[in-house]
Amino acid sequence: MARRYSMVAAFAGLIVAIQLATHFMDASYHLTQLTMTAYYSLLIIGLCMLIGYAGQISLGHAGFFAIGGYVSAFLTTHNLSSYKGGAFASFLKKSGALVGRPDIYGGELLTVHPLLACVAAILLTVLIAYLIGGPVLKLKGHYLAMATLGFGIIIYRIPLGTTFLGAADGISDVPGFPLAPGVVISGASSLRVPNYYLAWGLVILGMALLLNLVQSRVGRALAALHGAEDAAGAMGIPTARYKLNTFVLSAVFASLAGVFLTHYNGGIGPSEASVMKSVRYVAIVAIGGMANLWGALLMSLVLNYLSLRGYFGTYDDTVFGAILILIMLFAPDGLLRRHLFTDLKRLVSREPADEEAP
Amino acid sequence: MLPIVWGKEPKLEFFFQYLVAGITYGTIYAIVAIGFNIIYNATGIINFAQGEFVMLGGMTAVTLNQFLPLPLAILGAVVITMIVGAVIEIVFIRWLHKPSVLRMVIITIGISILIRETALHIWGESVRALPYFTGSSTSSINLGGVYISSQILWVVGVGALAVAALSGFFNLTMLGRQMRACSANRDAARLCGIDAGNMVTLSFVLSAAIGAIGGAVVCPITYVQYDSGTPLAIKGFTVAILGGLGNSTAAVGAGMILGILESFSIWVLPTAYKEAISIAILLLILFVKPSGLFGSAEAARLKEF
Repeated sequence: MARRYSMVAAFAGLIVAIQLATHFMDASYHLTQLTMTAYYSLLIIGLCMLIGYAGQISLGHAGFFAIGGYVSAFLTTHNLSSYKGGAFASFLKKSGALVGRPDIYGGELLTVHPLLACVAAILLTVLIAYLIGGPVLKLKGHYLAMATLGFGIIIYRIPLGTTFLGAADGISDVPGFPLAPGVVISGASSLRVPNYYLAWGLVILGMALLLNLVQSRVGRALAALHGAEDAAGAMGIPTARYKLNTFVLSAVFASLAGVFLTHYNGGIGPSEASVMKSVRYVAIVAIGGMANLWGALLMSLVLNYLSLRGYFGTYDDTVFGAILILIMLFAPDGLLRRHLFTDLKRLVSREPADEEAP
Repeated sequence: MLPIVWGKEPKLEFFFQYLVAGITYGTIYAIVAIGFNIIYNATGIINFAQGEFVMLGGMTAVTLNQFLPLPLAILGAVVITMIVGAVIEIVFIRWLHKPSVLRMVIITIGISILIRETALHIWGESVRALPYFTGSSTSSINLGGVYISSQILWVVGVGALAVAALSGFFNLTMLGRQMRACSANRDAARLCGIDAGNMVTLSFVLSAAIGAIGGAVVCPITYVQYDSGTPLAIKGFTVAILGGLGNSTAAVGAGMILGILESFSIWVLPTAYKEAISIAILLLILFVKPSGLFGSAEAARLKEF
């Protein structure tokens, strides 16, 4: 228990240290990519739960990210002012469900409130995840991989072929997301520092939730399921239900990440739904150590940041492809294995002990 | 898209045009599916880089054709792709001891990314095509009111020939029989003195060869680009599942079914969703009858997915 929260505190310290470092090095523009990294990390830790703890691969999580992003982007930019005269619309406006703002031409733009749009996005994600997850999670191995990949490609195709979702251009001019009075998710440069802390705060919140889940009855059931599904079933664990619920949970994490990042970036494009994105997320979870939430989070922080800053250049996808192969060839349990830290700690603590002994 | 010359005649001819287009694409899907099956039978692995073999075949043939006559360029492309197949197996697969399915899935996905990105750096994003083998893109053969481009006959002909040659190889030659022995029971085959490791390499080489042939034959019609492998892999996999994984004869039938369904789907759905059709079929088959249309459920249960 104590260790769990000391890790959370240490991570929070790291986040503060990074911000202070960028501040004193006069490089606070790095915070933009670091904030985006935070939202991708939200997806990564959810996916880590699914792959590492429940043992189910998904090559379609960029699809859930896109569902969240696109629903939210569409609802908060689609102009409803032509319905303004209607009784229902004015009721919605009075209750705050619809918000008006001036558009770039000076006309009035009446759209759904971001909070409501977010709720709609999550509800749709949960619905789709349950519908897809039910039959998909009955599959194993190749079939599971292909089915989730297929799901991802279908989701990728939908915005590409749909004009009101912007086709290849995506949706832009998405407004900021007022989470609470005075707290807005927005890419405005004046809000860079608060947004950085807000984003990583959300990640830490998600992390705390998942860490507690891992240590709970659910987590133990998942561990049993991952070890030997038939045996877990024989012990009375409803394996299908646990797998499905974990799938839906990770889909919600991905969708929330999509909602937040879309508001932060002010838009979303179809590339967010591409298969390469899904593969990249799996690569990060793999290098993080599969069943290792902290490993996945740290790797996400490092790799997403490097990628977003453009350090990999035109070799961006190549880097993630190579990571996948190398990890799976040489360290299929992941680079940062669950026991690596404890092993290291034991190693470190033993050495001084040996020196003191004589 | 397909260079179909639209007739002004009544709808029956449209129907046949769509049918011909469906059969053409179906042949390619069947070729990719057979590539999947060859490796699956030898190793139990689904090679997610299968589509990249098709892309490589087309791309290399186009490049070689700049200074070699067409038949030599295609031959060269097939040989180069075969070498790539062999290298992949020797470098990445051969030395793994009983890898888990998840591990193999991820490794082959990684390989497909590397091949695709390498192709991007070599050839760029431009779309390429070989010239028509005979005639030109505007000439066509009139078969009772249906206009068929000569390249379509090449695709179907070469596809049929490749399937026949493979089936002859697996049933009539010693090497083919050894490969089948390995896929039936690897340990027993080893006891009979068959080098199972080499058979797996051979399966990658064969699979690369058939993919490259398909890629070269079809690229005058469909064109080829660094990323054209992935959609083909998905469709080929759909066909392989539809026919029952490992069953190459059924893959031909399943390829025709998917090609024709997809071709007629343009009648009711916008073309942007064409790709979604085959994936929807894939998901449906996986959910309802993962052993395939022609496979037995009991045999499927014994396989490790």
